[in-house]
Amino acid sequence: MNKALTDELLHAYVDNALTDEERREVEHWIAEDAAAAQRVRAYLEQNAALHALFDPVLAEPHSLRVRPPGNAANASRWLALAATLVLGVGIGFTVRSWQGASRAPVTIAREAALAYVAYVPEVRHPVEVTSAEEKHLVAWLSKRLDAPLRAPSLAGFGYQLLGGRLLPATSPDDPAPLALLMYENPQGKRLSLLVKREANNAETSFRFSEDQGARVFYWIDGPFGYALAGDLERGELQKIARGVYQQLNP
Amino acid sequence: MAAFGTAELEAVVPRLRRYARALTGNREAADDLTQDTLERAWSKRTLWQPGTNLRAWMFTVMHNVFINGIRSARPTVSLEDVSADDTGAASGTSVETGVVLGELGRALTLLPEEQREVLLLVGLEQFSYAEASDVLGVPVGTVMSRLSRGRERLRILLEAGGTASERPANLRRVK
Repeated sequence: MNKALTDELLHAYVDNALTDEERREVEHWIAEDAAAAQRVRAYLEQNAALHALFDPVLAEPHSLRVRPPGNAANASRWLALAATLVLGVGIGFTVRSWQGASRAPVTIAREAALAYVAYVPEVRHPVEVTSAEEKHLVAWLSKRLDAPLRAPSLAGFGYQLLGGRLLPATSPDDPAPLALLMYENPQGKRLSLLVKREANNAETSFRFSEDQGARVFYWIDGPFGYALAGDLERGELQKIARGVYQQLNP
Repeated sequence: MAAFGTAELEAVVPRLRRYARALTGNREAADDLTQDTLERAWSKRTLWQPGTNLRAWMFTVMHNVFINGIRSARPTVSLEDVSADDTGAASGTSVETGVVLGELGRALTLLPEEQREVLLLVGLEQFSYAEASDVLGVPVGTVMSRLSRGRERLRILLEAGGTASERPANLRRVK
């Protein structure tokens, strides 16, 4: 075989760009040629290592936006972003319907703090349904909230899902029930994620509040408002809140 | 008038950032490159042919911005000072993995830009050879020869540095 041709075939094999027949030819060849087999293995490993190293970039929050001069919609977004910065909350999340959504999150932050205070210290019954029945838990809460809920995994931060419960609303203006998911780390530290159906379908940046001894990051994303509460250092809690946001927006 | 808005461009940002990070090996340089690419793509939006792949076109724009940046002799960014954090490997990655991946990052910067671009477009961004040829504006044969030389060189670089990664991670900090 022509040397350049065989080299191209090896790469095309690695890149999955061969017909079935060519693929069989190459497989036959590398079965007998240890040097070629070694190169194929090395190239495949290179691709895998590139993904392992750089794929996490895909999920990172960022603030890169097109900024055409004099675009009004863009200007308001930058104003909103500036407001976020003033609050000291992280950057990188598009802010829409800032006005329309401003009332609801205050309620959710309050509800999250109250739920945290009531249920996190609970030793024997922190949850109604445990994570052993996670599928059932998620289906049940989705049904009661009337929108498909997901329980994000916080394993990357060292927290395992304990389970969840349904909560009554605290505001007569908005009587829909809420879902509370509880997470725990090996040291017994707990985090709660309150999820509430939001009628106005807005999207907000992260906001922070401290209430009843619980620190809360809250935001609205699609049909749900979320509030992550915990007794963690603010930066740590924000990191986890971002992790939740990213998982729910793959 | 182009058939896309800022939202369509911004949807490509995560992919552009990943490629830029691998290309420059540095978080800030990569985000600057991505930001410049966004501005350039927006200002040149009428040049995009509706019906063609917008993502591939954005990578073409990034390629041009990158090459122009190198030509205008901006200080070249090297991976020498890149920590595991800068390459994105920090969160959720063990120190040990960080070391191994750090070597890959460093080895990448030792490749000539033209080989690094092809290797990343094909191996990381999973463009076909024909698409990579469009993005870079070179014939498919050139893509193949750069890919072949790049992969082989990377293999040799990694094999040469392989002994270091077998040491316990705590004896060797990723710089």
